[in-house]
Amino acid sequence: MIATAPAAIAWTTEEIQIAGSSVRLRSAGSGAPLLVLHHDIGTPEQLPVYEALARRFTVLLPSHPGYDGSERPGWMRSVRDVAVTYQALLAARGLAEVSALGLGFGGWIAAEMATMAPRGFRRLVLVGAMGLKPASGEILDQALVSYIDYVRAGFVDQSAFDRLFGADPPTPLLEQWDLNREMTFRIAWKPYMYNPALPHLLGGVRTPTLVVWGREDRIVPVECAQQYARALPGARVVELDGAGHFVEMEQPDTLAKLVAQFAAES
Amino acid sequence: MHLMYFTEQPMSAYPEEEGRKRGATALMFSNRHFDPVAGSRLYNEYIEHYRLAEEVGFDGIMLNEHHNAPFCMQAKCNIFASILAAITKRVKIVLLGNPLPLADNPVRLAEELAMIDMVSGGRLVSGFVRGGGQEQLATGVNPAYNRERFEEAHDLIVRAWTQEGPFRFEGTHYQHRVVNPWAVPLQKPHPRVWIPGVLSKETIIWAARQRYPYIALSTAIDATKKIWELYDSVAAEAGYAGGPEYRGYLQRCHVAETEEKAMANARQFMWMQGEFTGLAHPVWSSPSGYFSPSYRKAFVEFAVGRASNPRAAAFEDQIRDQQIIAGTPKTVIPKLRRLLEETRPSIVGFWASDGFVSNQDALTCIRLLGQEVLPAVREMGKELGLWSPFEANSPIGINQPAPAVHRNGA
Repeated sequence: MIATAPAAIAWTTEEIQIAGSSVRLRSAGSGAPLLVLHHDIGTPEQLPVYEALARRFTVLLPSHPGYDGSERPGWMRSVRDVAVTYQALLAARGLAEVSALGLGFGGWIAAEMATMAPRGFRRLVLVGAMGLKPASGEILDQALVSYIDYVRAGFVDQSAFDRLFGADPPTPLLEQWDLNREMTFRIAWKPYMYNPALPHLLGGVRTPTLVVWGREDRIVPVECAQQYARALPGARVVELDGAGHFVEMEQPDTLAKLVAQFAAES
Repeated sequence: MHLMYFTEQPMSAYPEEEGRKRGATALMFSNRHFDPVAGSRLYNEYIEHYRLAEEVGFDGIMLNEHHNAPFCMQAKCNIFASILAAITKRVKIVLLGNPLPLADNPVRLAEELAMIDMVSGGRLVSGFVRGGGQEQLATGVNPAYNRERFEEAHDLIVRAWTQEGPFRFEGTHYQHRVVNPWAVPLQKPHPRVWIPGVLSKETIIWAARQRYPYIALSTAIDATKKIWELYDSVAAEAGYAGGPEYRGYLQRCHVAETEEKAMANARQFMWMQGEFTGLAHPVWSSPSGYFSPSYRKAFVEFAVGRASNPRAAAFEDQIRDQQIIAGTPKTVIPKLRRLLEETRPSIVGFWASDGFVSNQDALTCIRLLGQEVLPAVREMGKELGLWSPFEANSPIGINQPAPAVHRNGA
């Protein structure tokens, strides 16, 4: 992983055996448990949003299997396989009353998890989540654009990209993005980035959900926010001005605050 | 030796400036630039070239396929193989090959190939390839499972050819309730399988384990030698000795009546390599998961413009390394001798023309090759002991004997 900001919080890293595979779980902070599921591009080790969240929650940040150098289970062929693995991870840790924050691709995984255990999460926050077929637009296909162009497309403010990854990202970071892209292809190639059954299955979810979207998301069309809201009983939508797909990297404080407020609701 | 004629079937009749503007002429380069009138003329010119190649003495005609790209008009090599099966009499029809991972139904491929084998009277050589990177995108096939699909489709096809049906097939990527194709190959136990490649060590190792001849596609001589070192070591582990009958080479080789003309036309080999209009968009030619992890850094750097294409070299370098040979028959023959002496292939494909070479020059090239170059190469082959799989009657695979019926020994 690439460190992009100084570590201000102490992280613990564990390898947890789930269904014969090793899942890397990093955790930090204290308070109610919050499962944070990262994007398809993986995640930098440190981000200001993680620090902000760790002040209020016990943040559980697994690396999706096969991402960022974690073990790749060769048999894993769908996003639902990842979701089942994470359900098993929570069960193995004996965790209850967990809230989940799913970022982009991680939002899709979180949504799939919610369909498997309709009351499983305490609260669910989906941010620019993949998983649904946009009614009119398209999810940006990373197979057709370079690593750099894809990640840049997720930012409104390109200087935020430059600060986090460098104006000209180093080759090891590109290799990491390639590795993560390969794993994304392994589990989400076709249909690309959605599950046709998901909008139907979401109807059974009984978890209070907040759907957050950057109004200038160029990776997952903002129309998907309303599609999630229609599919999920009682979901609320917050659209943010001046944010793209990577809301947590462009507006970390705003997002951390939204999550904290939503989680505090009874 | 087994000497083959090859053309990529280039479709050069599109507005060059549009290609330059787009920066790449594959995958997303709009097919509004395709002119079917020119396409019709070119397909028929290529048929004329194939007929002439047989007439002047080539032993085989090598075919291939690509998708969504002007550098190759063949979208399905089995179609031209079918045409050649009917209009030629003697040449082997060498498919290098069908891109197995792109197939959703390998049993269908097995049937098509069996039909071509029967129509041609047992002249089919059925090579298999992984398909280029952008082919995975053009056909929507997952690049991350390219090799898995290649190997599984191969196993299914060979079983469909050799095992009496009906049987059931439950694979990772292919599941068939009933495998029982009515058409089966004329050649027994099945047509020869040759495996072409450029770069991937995994493919060389796989071919050697299968005891299939490997056809190096226009690699530099030193790189070709390394391929044979690897092939031979895997062959030894597998319990047989590698050697000329397992070695093929595709040589870009343009001959003309003068050196100047030959060199000018040979420059057209750079056309498909992108020198004139750009060929491959680096992102599309190397989708994640398609290449072996050992090339990850090289292709990542290529994809963002930090490094040149790991597969491309300048024209002058390719002339020096003999990846391109050009000249009159007199000057070309010693260069071919160097290739044969240093790398000892028994199968040589002559990739004769590319790009904008005129029909007349392409025909002249084929005629000069047949009349002056092939006889000299055959003599060298005898002198150097370069016996082709047909001449050596070598086994067609690691678990298969030599063919039951030996045809057309050239």
